[in-house]
Amino acid sequence: MLGSFAVLRKQSLLGDAISHAALPGIAIAFLLTGAKDSNTLLLGALVSGLLGTFWIRGIIKKTHLKSDTALGLILSLFFGFGMLLLTFIQKQPNANQAGLDKYLFGQAATLLESDVWMMAIVTGICLFVLLLFWKEFKILLFDADYTKTLGFNTKIIDILITSFIVLAIVLGLQTVGVVLMSAMLLAPAAAARQWTNSLSIMVFLAALFGAFSGVFGTAISASQNNLSTGPVIVIVASVFVLFSFVFSPSRGLLFKQIRFIKNRRDLQLHKTLAFMYNIVESHENISHPHAIKILNNFQGYTKGTLQKLVSKNYVVLQGNMWSLTEDGFKTAANLYSQQTDNNE
Amino acid sequence: MKNKIAVKVDDLTVAYNYKPVLWDIDLEIPEGVLMAIVGPNGAGKSTLIKSILGILKPIAGSVTIYDKPYEKQRQLVAYVPQKGSVDWDFPTTALDVVKMGTYGSLGWIKRPGQKEKKAALEALEKVGMLPFKNRQISQLSGGQQQRIFLARALVQNAAIYFMDEPFQGVDATTEIAIINILKELRKAGKTVIVVHHDLQTVPEYFDWVTFLNVKKIATGPVKDIFNDDNLTKTYGINYKVSIQE
Repeated sequence: MLGSFAVLRKQSLLGDAISHAALPGIAIAFLLTGAKDSNTLLLGALVSGLLGTFWIRGIIKKTHLKSDTALGLILSLFFGFGMLLLTFIQKQPNANQAGLDKYLFGQAATLLESDVWMMAIVTGICLFVLLLFWKEFKILLFDADYTKTLGFNTKIIDILITSFIVLAIVLGLQTVGVVLMSAMLLAPAAAARQWTNSLSIMVFLAALFGAFSGVFGTAISASQNNLSTGPVIVIVASVFVLFSFVFSPSRGLLFKQIRFIKNRRDLQLHKTLAFMYNIVESHENISHPHAIKILNNFQGYTKGTLQKLVSKNYVVLQGNMWSLTEDGFKTAANLYSQQTDNNE
Repeated sequence: MKNKIAVKVDDLTVAYNYKPVLWDIDLEIPEGVLMAIVGPNGAGKSTLIKSILGILKPIAGSVTIYDKPYEKQRQLVAYVPQKGSVDWDFPTTALDVVKMGTYGSLGWIKRPGQKEKKAALEALEKVGMLPFKNRQISQLSGGQQQRIFLARALVQNAAIYFMDEPFQGVDATTEIAIINILKELRKAGKTVIVVHHDLQTVPEYFDWVTFLNVKKIATGPVKDIFNDDNLTKTYGINYKVSIQE
């Protein structure tokens, strides 16, 4: 759901950076409290995730570095630091330490009922805020400068969106893990974008795809032994994306290709008809027959196109000769003006 | 000088990093003029508009709108950004974009209702885009997108309009349609400030002009100051525009 905003902001990688940046937070929270209570750990993740995000913002603003450089920098810095802490923790003589690495790849099986409640509550809050500030989010995403001139404090809206993206990521960590979380954020949104041209429907679809991949992925992994849930969920989500890229009616590759081929055929047909029209025009009698051979001079001509023209009743064949029908003549005469109309 | 001063800029200086883009600009724009800002690339034309509107933070200087600081007069000002500044693949429709013009008067949280929709439809009608209201914005031509942006500003019903190169990449029909709307705005007593590139059309379209090249070169009525002397000062080379009369 919130992934829609990340995708539309062209900040898709931000999700990746945030989830990686959350890792040291988890480790530090564990070191400080010594507890494995997931709420405490996630709070740590939240803090360090936010910290990473605003660092990235700062770097982009204050230096000449491009955003992808800044993202990469913070991502590897935080992730490296997080791994360092994790290995350090593992060397500690503390029986409690096992299981922290579940945050790397996620383990839905370790979710407790309280965790699920926590997720539901936070999701509810996100949804509420999203609906409340829908208008502000939308306009900021589309045209930030303009939003400013309308008198909105764009910084507040921006921080709000970013914070919620961070929150959503941190919540997902337990299920899908640091490494795969960004896929969970982006895949449903990318898939949803293919199906709709309306922001509200896109957000709704993204939520639906996300939920469905969650349920479906869990079901698959539960049915087989030794299939960890997180990766399966991500794969299911990716299948959605793949399917959407290929089969979406307006933006999908398949239909685009079909439309492309159909357009080419139509144009070829029209070109041939126009060529015939030019020949016919030089004679007084429209239905005066001409040799098929003449058409060989024309590049777009094939036997197939001729057959098609015949089947459309534009052309009549008599042995080696062809002639335009009245219908064909009229259509050809109108071709040019029709095409300019279509371009409107 | 005619009428009141609509926009007053004092000592405005703006820099990206070390290099000043605008240096010590003083500018008074009288109410009810249709003004072109001209100057070479990198002269700071867009920057001037953006600084007046508070999108960029100047190093020094102040802007007043009708004798009050800009921040208090935002509702009097509408902005038409460069067409290229947004992602037109954004999932939304023409009508939705125009509705955004009403967001400012609505304030936080409140949603646009019937009244706002009506205003947006009227603005679409004015720019001749009503038949395209439900069109996805990526499927509009460059000229149509520009008209949508203009309609969005019209909805704001402001007193002063700032436009950043509204004629860039639009066809002749759209250009004429837009300039006619701008002239209508002027007739209604509004002030219109346009960043403009085509020197040839300045005398035909505008009645006021500002020459800008990091510093302000000149500002005043087109008929008084739009001459080879000022053009040469602004563009550096010996510029000869023979004004067709």
